Parts: sequence; structure tokens; C-alpha cells
Amino acid sequence: MYDPASALVGTEAVFAAHPENPAVVALTSIATDAKFDRGELSITVPRESIVAACQAVQSAGYNFLEDVTAVDWYPSKPRFQITYHILSHSLKARVRLIVRLDGSDASVDSITGVWPSANFYEREVFDLFGVHIGGHPNLKRIMMPEDWEGHPLRKDYPVEGYR
Amino acid sequence: MAPLAAPDLINPGVEDVIADAARHDGTNQAKDHTMIINMGPQHPSTHGVLRLVLEIDGESVVSLAPDIGYLHTGIEKTCEAKFYQQVVPLTDRIDYLCPMTNNLAYCLAVEKLLGLEIPERAQYLRVLLNELTRIQSHLVWLGTHAMDVGALTVFLYCFREREDILRIFENLSGQRMMTSYFRIGGVSVEPPLDFYKQVQDFLNIMPDRIQQYENLLTGNPIWMGRLKGIGHLTAAEAISLGVTGPPLRASGVDWDLRRDMPYSGYEKFQFKVPVSQDCDVWARYVVRMEEMHESVKICQQALDGMPEGRIVADAPKIVLPDREQMKTQMESLIHHFKIVTEGFAVPAGEVYQAVESPRGEMGYYVVSDGTAKPYRVHMRNPSYATLQALETMCKGRLLADVVAVIGSIDIVLGEIDR
Repeated sequence: MYDPASALVGTEAVFAAHPENPAVVALTSIATDAKFDRGELSITVPRESIVAACQAVQSAGYNFLEDVTAVDWYPSKPRFQITYHILSHSLKARVRLIVRLDGSDASVDSITGVWPSANFYEREVFDLFGVHIGGHPNLKRIMMPEDWEGHPLRKDYPVEGYR
Repeated sequence: MAPLAAPDLINPGVEDVIADAARHDGTNQAKDHTMIINMGPQHPSTHGVLRLVLEIDGESVVSLAPDIGYLHTGIEKTCEAKFYQQVVPLTDRIDYLCPMTNNLAYCLAVEKLLGLEIPERAQYLRVLLNELTRIQSHLVWLGTHAMDVGALTVFLYCFREREDILRIFENLSGQRMMTSYFRIGGVSVEPPLDFYKQVQDFLNIMPDRIQQYENLLTGNPIWMGRLKGIGHLTAAEAISLGVTGPPLRASGVDWDLRRDMPYSGYEKFQFKVPVSQDCDVWARYVVRMEEMHESVKICQQALDGMPEGRIVADAPKIVLPDREQMKTQMESLIHHFKIVTEGFAVPAGEVYQAVESPRGEMGYYVVSDGTAKPYRVHMRNPSYATLQALETMCKGRLLADVVAVIGSIDIVLGEIDR
């Protein structure tokens, strides 16, 4: 069974345990938080450095963007967590980048300049969470109709919808 | 914001395509020869409710924008309101051509959160069923893809063998398509006695049957003419557009999660990963046909090496007890009652588990807050990303080739819209 004590929390603990990891090397100066849990490496970066962080891991060999999504931690603060999963074909490893955003100013820069595949994923985050993606080439709803009100995957949006 | 690295690769929105045409109409008479047409959302060759807005110049495609969301049912939101074990049947309904693959990805993700060890027998059964699912899904792809480009006969042959596989699934789980056979911690029931013979019979005939399809198609000049050189996608484009699975391998990238990041015991199986350097629709056809052969081999290895033992993990607070035990032992009855009424708490954390589905990388991102219901379930679906590459593959080509390209990326709209 899973032992919570096995998780490494915080930049110091993670970076000390995995000094050779290319993602750790690339992000040492940017990271604000890190976690190594259940064999998965998560690195939190500030919102303004997400594009720089993506470029850094891309040059470190993480060549493939798998997924961009969000988690709404309402009513906790900061409210939104934007999660990027990035895979390396050569290292056979994955890194998770995390950006945390306040509910009052939920906006993050688009990474479509680094990986064009982020396009649909970021539109989905915008559509279902209402997080603004700055610099996105086509920021429109993708799942819900254009005239839909509200963002269904937010935690304050009822599961059965508004009647 | 820095200028975009590859603006040509970004899909235009539906409105952009229309606005672009309006600009041609209004200001530049010389360019007044493009036309906007709508393909779908109900069109036999779009494999579901996919709407494409195409700007065409005569017969050639100038630009193209997919419009999706017609099948959006909010499965991710629904998952947040269910217990962990109640999400399994929902995952079947995302990609209705490979329910077992979805089950596996979700179960592996939750098992990773829990730190559960899965018995080897359950792993082998999961691998066996996943490979049968892959063959089944590829058969639907082959049949419909061939039908789209005009070879109607193949469809009937493919569905003949698909029916065999669905009968195996029905015998095993009681359902042909929405099997929900996997459980968190293992699989739901011991397979019936004739299951192994049924699978063996199927594996005996399948290589010949694949040969039959190839006889109908591979050397066929019309088939070759419609497929070769169409829908070109280079390896660099495929990677930057998030393409996975057979289309990625057909672009020359040697990457298969089953071999490169093994899960559920795939490291114990020997199989080849077919790769082609041709980057076109034909290459995707060749790669998938080879994959079917390899899947048959994996099924045979799983069947031959099927270990004895339990089919569920030894975790009474997570896995429902045996019916017999539940009726006779007080403790099992309590466990059963608690799992059904309260679910089981999963330690807080987040995991991402990816498996190789017939269409590519199917990933489940599950976030737990320590309660019995998932805080967030996100599915990373292969077709969703591959659809973004559609424009790159179709631009400048003939309108009729769009149909062949859609067939070659094997999209399932259920998993795109979720």
C-alpha cells in the first residue's frame, strides 16, 4: 500500500535526491516547489515563467507535450492549478509542470509557441475552467456552445447544471 | 508573448475560415474563387459527429477547421460525483471501440494512487483482453476506412472477425461492448471455462484472416492510388502536434508505450513495434496491419503463459469480496457493505498513467484529495490531439483525400468530446 512518507516534498529534498535528472537541472533556477511522489516528478513554476520553463525542458530532451489540463481547488487558495505533462522519447521519462493561479486573476501564457499541440488543450482549459490563456491564437470555447454561460468543470458549478 | 514558432501548424477556428473567405469576397475580386463548405456534423465518413469547415479552391483544400463538442457529455465532471469504483463503467463510454483500454488506464491510475500490487494472473488477463480489444478496434478501423475510400467488401469480412471477439467479451463479461470487466485491484470475475478455448480458436484463425484482408487490399491498384502519398505528416510535425500511436509510428518515430514505458506486465512479452518512414496514409495502413499480427502474438503468449492464482489483489477494504465469502463471513459482509455504501478512501496525490490504446496514447490524470471520490479525472485522448494534425495533412490536397485522411487517423468522436 502507498506510504505517504515515501513522497519527497519541496525543492530542496527533490533536487537533492535527483540531482542528475535533466528536468531538475533545467528548472533549478525557476522552480518554486517540487514533489517526487509515486515515481512521478512534479515541478511548480511561477506563472510568468511557464513559457521559459517549457523551453528549458524542451531543450533538456522532453520533446513531447502530452497534456494540458487544470484542477480547481476552490475554495482553497490559490484556486487553479494548471498541469502540463511533458514526455521525453529519448529519456523515457515524464515531467509534470504545475502553475498555480489565483481565482481573481486566472490567466497564464499560452505555450502554443513551444508546442502547437497545446492549442486544443488550452482552449479546453479556457472553456471548462474559465482560465484565460494569454497569447493563444484562437481562444474560443471548444466543447460547450459559444453562448454557454459559466465554466462546467469549476467546483462551484453544480454537477447537474443550472436549471 | 514571443512570436509563435510554427504559426502554420495552428488550426484556424471555424470563424477564421469563414472570415478568410469573406475577405476574399469583399476586398479582393481576384481571389473570389474559394468556397466554404460544411462537412458533417452528420456525414458517413466522419466516423461520428465531427463537423469540418473547409475552404476549397476548386477541388483542393485551402484551409480546414474541425468543430467538435457535439458529443460532449461532461464525463470528467460526472466522475467527480462518483466513488472511485463507480467511474469504471463511465470510462467504457469514452472510447467505445476500446472499452478495456480505458478501463485499464483508469484502474492503473487509481492503483498507482493506492500503491496496490496486482496479481500476475490479473495482469496477464488484462494484457490478453487489451490486445483482443486492439485487434477489434483495428478491424473497425480497417472496415470503415476501406469503405470510405470505396472498398465495400472488406467491411463485411472485418466485422465477421470482430463479431468473434465481441462474442468472447460477451462470454466473459456479459456485455459485447461496454464490458466494464476490469476492477480497481484486478478483474471482476474468473473467466468461464470455455473462455480459453474460445480465444485459442480465434487466435488460430486470425493470422489467415488478416492475410485475407491484405489479399483484398494491399496489392489493389485503386487502394494504393487512394492511399499512397496522401496525408503527409513528417516526424517533426507529428511530435509538435501531439500525434501518438500508429500515425506517429507511420511518421518514423519508434515509440510505443507498451515497450518503452511498460505497464501491467508488458515487459514480459516479446513483440515488435512496426514503424514506417513513409509518413502517409498508406504507412498508417501498413503499421496497423502489422500491429494486428503482433497483437495476435501477444495474445498467444498471454494465453500460453497464463499463471495460476488470484484475479484480484489481496486488499479486502478495496476489492469487493467473493460472493460466497460475503454470504458466510461477517467480516467480508462488513467490507462489502462499506465499499458499496461509502467507497474507499484513496490517499491524497496526483498521478498520470498512460497506456497505448489502439489510437495512441490514452492517459488518465487522477487527482485525489484523500476522500472516496476522485477530486479530478482528466482523460488525455489520442484522437483529440491527432485531430489537430488534420489540417497539416490535408492542406493543398484534394477534397476527396480528406476522407481518406480522416479514416487513416482512426478518430472516435466519443473520446474527443468526452
